[in-house]
Amino acid sequence: MKEYVIFLAQQHPTFRVAELRALADLYKFEVDLSGHDEKSPFLIVRLENDDQASKLVSRGILSRGIYELWGVGDTEEELHQDVKRRSSHLWEKYNQCTFKFDVLAYKGKRSNVEKIRLIERFGYLDFHGAIRMKNPDQVFTILEHYTPPTEHDAAELPSKYYFGREVELSGRSRGVLEKYDLKKRKYIGTTTFEAELALVTCNLAHCVPGSIMYDPFVGTGSFLVAGAHYGCLTVGSDIDGRLIKGKGNANIKANFKQYGMPHLFMDVLTMDFTHNALRDDLVIDTIVCDPPYGIREGLKVLGAKNPERFEGKENIEIDGEKAYLKKDYIPTKKPYELDSLLYDLLEFASRRLPIGGRLAFWMPTANDNFEPTIIPLHRNLELKHHLVQEFNKWSRRLLVYVNHGDGYNGEENRAVTMHQEFRKMYFRSRRGEGTTLADQEKEE
Amino acid sequence: MKFLTTNFVKCTSKACDSTTDNFPLQFNDCELIQEEQEFKPEFLLNILDRLDWSAVLKVAHDLGNDSLPQALPENVDPEDPDTLALLKDLHSLLLETNITQGEMKCRACEHVYYIKNSIPNFLLPPHLA
Repeated sequence: MKEYVIFLAQQHPTFRVAELRALADLYKFEVDLSGHDEKSPFLIVRLENDDQASKLVSRGILSRGIYELWGVGDTEEELHQDVKRRSSHLWEKYNQCTFKFDVLAYKGKRSNVEKIRLIERFGYLDFHGAIRMKNPDQVFTILEHYTPPTEHDAAELPSKYYFGREVELSGRSRGVLEKYDLKKRKYIGTTTFEAELALVTCNLAHCVPGSIMYDPFVGTGSFLVAGAHYGCLTVGSDIDGRLIKGKGNANIKANFKQYGMPHLFMDVLTMDFTHNALRDDLVIDTIVCDPPYGIREGLKVLGAKNPERFEGKENIEIDGEKAYLKKDYIPTKKPYELDSLLYDLLEFASRRLPIGGRLAFWMPTANDNFEPTIIPLHRNLELKHHLVQEFNKWSRRLLVYVNHGDGYNGEENRAVTMHQEFRKMYFRSRRGEGTTLADQEKEE
Repeated sequence: MKFLTTNFVKCTSKACDSTTDNFPLQFNDCELIQEEQEFKPEFLLNILDRLDWSAVLKVAHDLGNDSLPQALPENVDPEDPDTLALLKDLHSLLLETNITQGEMKCRACEHVYYIKNSIPNFLLPPHLA
């Protein structure tokens, strides 16, 4: 086992460990992540080899890079002592290759003059290879962690130094977030899920090349794009055909063209998830979605709200043709309870996912009266991750389940939610109660 | 709607789940276009495992194509020139053929679903939902 240091993004710190865990699980190796500290962007892990290190971050969104650890110290002096003690046996191996040095700092910065001074102090490594700023064989990186005394003051010197050989940079460091930035995306809507957490969701859901991913509440297709980024053939459905259709040339398919992966877009279907057209024996490897919670879009399924009003209407004919068989017929929809929908989703996942296949979805919760009993559970599914993104008065949760099949006998919870309460609270008027959650969300 | 998708969709009426006639749907009056896609044999091979071949034949027949083999070769080897030709045909059929307008009829309940602007609509009237 060797030590590596991971440089993490300081975004969504509660999701970072889960992403690393999910990637280790995906590539089937063990890693102890207990050293993780949400306040620090650096995490030292022990791994078998560079291959594992690479797998741990190459798809990563919340990591930046991973480095073979050559030394660590609280001061520059300590760092050099540790490098000499820890890694002198490695120096010879790299003394002929082309290389460059990088200096990366967290909450601090150095002038170029200072960077060069920092780098030159590593002269004892005695590398004879040519320095190449573009595509060198190896990159050696000095990582600095500054701890500013207050939010407004800068720290003069780092509180911690790490030195290592770069093994792999993450998707984030290779510009994935810029690529999928919604501001540059051809087709988006008011409910389009942001790219960063959509990609993290697809990491947790184990989206891999050659697999089929399905989003039953596809909207403008944010998760399809994220799944396709990881190589999934993607299919989506939505009861709201307007979102799927898009406007003119701006639609989900156009987004796939924009990102150069049109072959990973299968189709989007206008369909009620609870009246599903995907044939029963089609294996769906991964299900990823952000179900409609009736906050912005009302939660609806097919069927009549007042069945008696629709009695006999199937016999209505227009121009000698059954009205419901006409091309422009629009079926009626009825409101549906969130808890029923979520349980339908779990049940669907348990029947359609292969053993080991994953379901990942988001649900919003109010913070004041959250009770763990609202997390739905299914006897065949293991709740693998339960992550919370906090906003001011509400939060949303990412739930990730793994299908273990009939033999699993897990806990069952049809989850009686306080979703109605959540909706009420979300839209509570400003009268004497300050801003509503809806307002806050806008600000956020 | 890609030809490929016709192999994955059935009638959405729950009453039809007890029959075997709800898949594949019967395709009528379809307008087709070919949309060029890069040929990726590995990608295609992966999809072949998921196909219900008899349903591919039925829908191809609905759309006027009766030139497909009655069964897929046992071991698909992209190195073999005959297989490669078949894969190219399948690529063109499954991934490049798009149904832009048309009807999909359930062979069991005879409900008709429409494809408009390349998007299939599987919503049901209340008496079938």
